[in-house]
Amino acid sequence: MESPILKVENFDAYFGTNQILKNINMTVPKNKVVAMMGPSGCGKTTFIRCINRMHELNPDARAEGAIYLHEDNVYEMLPIILRKRIGMVFQRPNPFPTMSIYENVIAGYILSGTKLSKSEKEEIVEDSLKKADLWKEVKDSLHKRGTFLSGGQQQRLCIARAVAMKPEVLLLDEPTSALDPISTANVEDLLFDLKKSYTILIVTHNMQQAARISELTAFFYLGELIEYADTKTMFTAPKDVKTQNYITGRFG
Amino acid sequence: MAKNKLNSRIFKDRIFVSILLLIGCICALPLVLILFFIVKQGINSISLQFLTHLPKPVGEKGGGVLNAIVGSLMLISMAAVISIPIGILGGIYLSEKKGTKIANLARSSAEILQGIPSIVIGIIAYLWIVKPMGHFSALSGGIALGFMMLPVILRTTEETLNLIPNSIKEASLALGVPYYKTILRIILPCGISGIMSGIIISLARVAGETAPLLFTAFGNPYLNTNINRPVQSLPLIIFNYATSPYDDWKQQAWGASFVLLSFILIISVVAKFVTRRWRVQF
Amino acid sequence: MKIESAKQKQASDWRLGIAEKIFNSLMSNAAILMIILLSGIFITLLYSSIPSIKQSGLGFIYGRVWDPVTNQFGGLSFLVGTIITTFLALIISFPFSISLGLILGEYFKKGIVSEIFKNIIELMAGVPSVIYGFGALYFLVPAIRHIETHLGVPAYGVGILTASIVLAIMIVPYWASVAREVINLAPNDLKEASYALGATRFELIRYIILPFTRSGILAGMMLALGRALGETMAVTMVIGNNNVLPKGIFDPSNTMASVIANEFTEATSDLYLSALIEIALLLFVVSLIFNLLGRQIIKRMASR
Repeated sequence: MESPILKVENFDAYFGTNQILKNINMTVPKNKVVAMMGPSGCGKTTFIRCINRMHELNPDARAEGAIYLHEDNVYEMLPIILRKRIGMVFQRPNPFPTMSIYENVIAGYILSGTKLSKSEKEEIVEDSLKKADLWKEVKDSLHKRGTFLSGGQQQRLCIARAVAMKPEVLLLDEPTSALDPISTANVEDLLFDLKKSYTILIVTHNMQQAARISELTAFFYLGELIEYADTKTMFTAPKDVKTQNYITGRFG
Repeated sequence: MAKNKLNSRIFKDRIFVSILLLIGCICALPLVLILFFIVKQGINSISLQFLTHLPKPVGEKGGGVLNAIVGSLMLISMAAVISIPIGILGGIYLSEKKGTKIANLARSSAEILQGIPSIVIGIIAYLWIVKPMGHFSALSGGIALGFMMLPVILRTTEETLNLIPNSIKEASLALGVPYYKTILRIILPCGISGIMSGIIISLARVAGETAPLLFTAFGNPYLNTNINRPVQSLPLIIFNYATSPYDDWKQQAWGASFVLLSFILIISVVAKFVTRRWRVQF
Repeated sequence: MKIESAKQKQASDWRLGIAEKIFNSLMSNAAILMIILLSGIFITLLYSSIPSIKQSGLGFIYGRVWDPVTNQFGGLSFLVGTIITTFLALIISFPFSISLGLILGEYFKKGIVSEIFKNIIELMAGVPSVIYGFGALYFLVPAIRHIETHLGVPAYGVGILTASIVLAIMIVPYWASVAREVINLAPNDLKEASYALGATRFELIRYIILPFTRSGILAGMMLALGRALGETMAVTMVIGNNNVLPKGIFDPSNTMASVIANEFTEATSDLYLSALIEIALLLFVVSLIFNLLGRQIIKRMASR
């Protein structure tokens, strides 16, 4: 097997004196979709936020252990460089309200001061919107504000914005939980295509979603990584009794 | 018996609203009176000459308030230049670092500063600027007014920014955008409507302030654009003319009041318009 | 992504670090400036009052004689003037403030009447003090003079009563706004329970809403008091500027704020100036106390 794109080694995370993540060890191979599951408060959202160091927005946050993106230790990089290599999509669609759709997609470049020619910008915008399956719907209103789109379209705009930076890994934090079923289905279809170019980690509360779209699943419980296996095995023959209980709905 | 009681209760209920409305209208009476007379008498005084000439000595016809208009503009411009950058930056800090000791202390300080009587601010500006400089100046007046605008802009900025959802900031940071650019180019533009409205409203308020200028800008019968010299302002000239014994000057006070009120009214209307038009949906 | 040379990358990282540092320090300094400004104001007032404090001591507060020529600075007249005018202003404005509060907070929360009164309050708050003073000179003073002649008292026209009336007009919008907010916040289930018991609206207001909003209205009074204390121009123009202890409401007098406004630029000696600054210090402290009291009450209400 080729070398994994993400390696998590003996990773702990704290908020103040609260330990949120306990000794996580995990490797993620390239171009796979990995689902993170577990009951509320199990640490799955904190985990992916630790990967792109967004947990540091909380002044009490502390992390120990290592996370490697290829061979680079994530905690030894500048966060703003790291976040260009790892993109994130949030639970609630959050396009920038003062910017047009066009500006939203290339926001990551413009705001970091990267100079692009007009043709480069247009290429990136079209390419990203196509990847997010939004191009056809917005190509005639690129210069309108992004907030006039529907919830599902806004989320796809956020996906376009993230992939425009050509990251290696995409972190998705319950990207469809605020969307209606049709938009959810649209986004899930999208992920099938996206995984060809990116490695995707997706936090989800929805087990059916995990079963539908992921190849690997990680089950978290009370801050520990209880089980991590390929999705089919996890759902049909889980090894740990806690995993079993969660899957059969013993606890939410 | 019971019916009488019921009728009396209903009667009290009906008449109460009427009494309230009557009292409310009586309240409005002084306002209406003042506004009406300012318009009536003021319009008589307003002429191109009034707006473009300097005051003449008592008895001579045809004085104007140009020096006061220019002075007022100078003073509020200075106040704005001082208070807007500091107020906005401070407001950003209070919104971003909510809950820290410094933020709480700064917020309380701003609340207290807002409540300080304007004449006390005038004294402070006198002691800190006029006395060391040795003379009255537009600068000291502008600074005094700036002190008054500062806490208002700070608190308005903080409150406006607090309304912006956190996820927008996170989206920007997750794209690798540096923190300061996130604030300046994403968050601040989102809050521009509320911030501008706070600025314009406090401008309208200081435009009418007299007390802080009594011993700072001090007043000047001549046109002055040098910030190191005393300068006249509309509220000051109204005060001087209104309390004078001369009818001619009292008439001019109406005119100056008209100019001042028009200015305040226009700014307030602009503020409302700006708030609505630049409001950002989340 | 474009590949920068290692050197370019280092340079831009360094520039970025500096930009972030500058921004963060500008932000925090701006906030800290508030604290410094407030402390500076207090310390300056205190320091500049010291000569006067040394000279007059507590006599400042109960001394009746304010005579710069003989260096006697007793501020009792102004304290009394301030207290009486403020007190009277609150009494006069109370029915108006409550009425407007009830109109906007209970009866007419929406619609044309609401818009009209909302705008009236906004306009009242927006008129500068000096214009209120001018209007009072023009209308109120002759009216009071008329009344005084009828009553057989010296017809000055200016005096404590006149000043109190203007002050009352000026604090109505502030008190009414607070009253309106607290009345508006009276919980619906209380109201529904009252109506279900057959109460009329008037009875609801009198027995339920007003008692419920008592502390909020009190808070409004504190804030209105704070403002009234600092009100200078309108009061100066109609109070008569007489540095003597007032004996009746028709007497010309002075308040702490108005005596400063009148005499500051004519203070000939350092001691005189220091005495005036001591008055300003007093003003600062007293209005601070009432401001804080008002805000405390509001905070406590909000937490309930």
